[in-house]
Amino acid sequence: MADLRVTLSGITLDNPVIPASGTFGYGKEFAEIYDINILGSISFKGTTKDPRLGNPLPRIAECTAGLINSVGLQNPGVEKVCEEELPELRKIFKKPLIANISGFSPEEYEYCARAMDKEEQVGIIEVNVSCPNVHNGGMAYGVLPESAAEITKVVKAATKKPVYIKLSPNVTDIVSIACACEEAGADGLSLINTMLGMRIDIRTRKPVIANRMGGFSGPAIFPVAVRMVNQVYHAVKIPVIGMGGVSKAEDVIEMMMAGASAVQVGAANLVNPYACKEIIEELPALMDRLGIERLSDIVGIV
Amino acid sequence: MERRIMEVAGLTPLTKDVYSMTLKGDCRDIERPGRFINITVPGFYLRRPISISSWSDDSLTIVFRVVGGGTAELAAMKAGAKLDVLMPLGNGFDISALGDKVRNPVVVGGGIGVPPMLGLAKTMTEKGMKPDVILGFNTADEIIMARDFRRIGIDPIITTVDGSFGVKGFVTDAMKDKAYDYAFACGPVPMLKAIYDVVPDGQFSFEARMACGFGACMGCTMETVTGYKRVCKDGPIFYKEEIKWQI
Repeated sequence: MADLRVTLSGITLDNPVIPASGTFGYGKEFAEIYDINILGSISFKGTTKDPRLGNPLPRIAECTAGLINSVGLQNPGVEKVCEEELPELRKIFKKPLIANISGFSPEEYEYCARAMDKEEQVGIIEVNVSCPNVHNGGMAYGVLPESAAEITKVVKAATKKPVYIKLSPNVTDIVSIACACEEAGADGLSLINTMLGMRIDIRTRKPVIANRMGGFSGPAIFPVAVRMVNQVYHAVKIPVIGMGGVSKAEDVIEMMMAGASAVQVGAANLVNPYACKEIIEELPALMDRLGIERLSDIVGIV
Repeated sequence: MERRIMEVAGLTPLTKDVYSMTLKGDCRDIERPGRFINITVPGFYLRRPISISSWSDDSLTIVFRVVGGGTAELAAMKAGAKLDVLMPLGNGFDISALGDKVRNPVVVGGGIGVPPMLGLAKTMTEKGMKPDVILGFNTADEIIMARDFRRIGIDPIITTVDGSFGVKGFVTDAMKDKAYDYAFACGPVPMLKAIYDVVPDGQFSFEARMACGFGACMGCTMETVTGYKRVCKDGPIFYKEEIKWQI
């Protein structure tokens, strides 16, 4: 029997497949078409201190093997998330959750971390220092080792739960940022967030995205993600959650061989709402074919 | 919502860039007019959301304009081709909202907003209503589907901006002195706004660039009087009192 279980900071997941923040809402739309309790965990929609409408429309642009989004952290704010969304999510998903938080100042990160610390179902706090879609915040913290470390310390001090820092690929040296987060006390790392991209409508001579640029994701960025996960894996001792273009069971295996202890699936959920379910169902047979008994055995073997 | 494999049963050009495509497959859960399907086009990452024009238990018809590579590929499909479709999506028109008070409803479609209004008009006639239908186009050679409305017993009023056919001007020029008390509308935003301004009540179908089409990604959020709504999941139809214009 193939053993799909993996462990993140002492939390055992039935399998490594986790929908990525912002591609799965709070699970409701997916629970209508399959039992989402088959998932390893869920990283729910990024939460900020205050409610956010997000960016102007259009927020979506198609690309070859991917898409650009410029949603801009639309969410109802941490109070409403804890009071309204999480109780609803609890009804349809019974396992530990990953709470993705974001902010525009260290105080906002701290505020969200304190709120999520009180949520019993939250197993891990994933700190987004890498959103490319908001000005003067988000990604700004994730592009320098010093500021990424600062946010890590602030969040660590605000919670007893494991803290994973979600890193941006839009940097010169992701390894130095990963190491700075580890040194500052991070329990793990999530990577990669979307890559900054842009499309232009050649007929109107205008950017397709109202905000000009946005986050590029999908199968096109998978090789970049595998490379960065591998580089970071070899540089740190804390676990890495790998993501970026994962679309099929083979990608999960590849990402884990690169060094991911668990894997998030993002854009694939948007074009195939059954993507995570199909991946989980395909994994045992694929492991058989590849001679893998325990998924945890292959983490970082490359 | 479900993912289904639908078979292309027919594809007919209606104008130089507008096509009618019939898909065979289970359509029993469509239930309301004004909903849409989201189609995977081979070679393209995102699905293409297209409104359902009319349907029966085992087939549906979409009418779409070729605006880019994806819709061009769709227009090149052969009968018998299989398409991966998410359906049915969106809320659809709510005819029960007419209640007993509405005396004189009107159904208005503009350009490529006309197709879902056929399904709506059909549903209304099946319930014994016979609304006026107004279809607006830029020019005579853009007119689509007038015959489909006649086939269900409704002679649509046609308007063209350049006056090359029917009433010269906009759909609202054909609405003057008619005292419509409720409008169902789908078309360009300026048209929706113009109708909104002259009719006391109604339902308006919006469109937006989408990624998922089923409410997960927040790619098509619209601000309304009652908060932030997703065009794909909470819409595409919004009641008049919900709408907050951005124009």
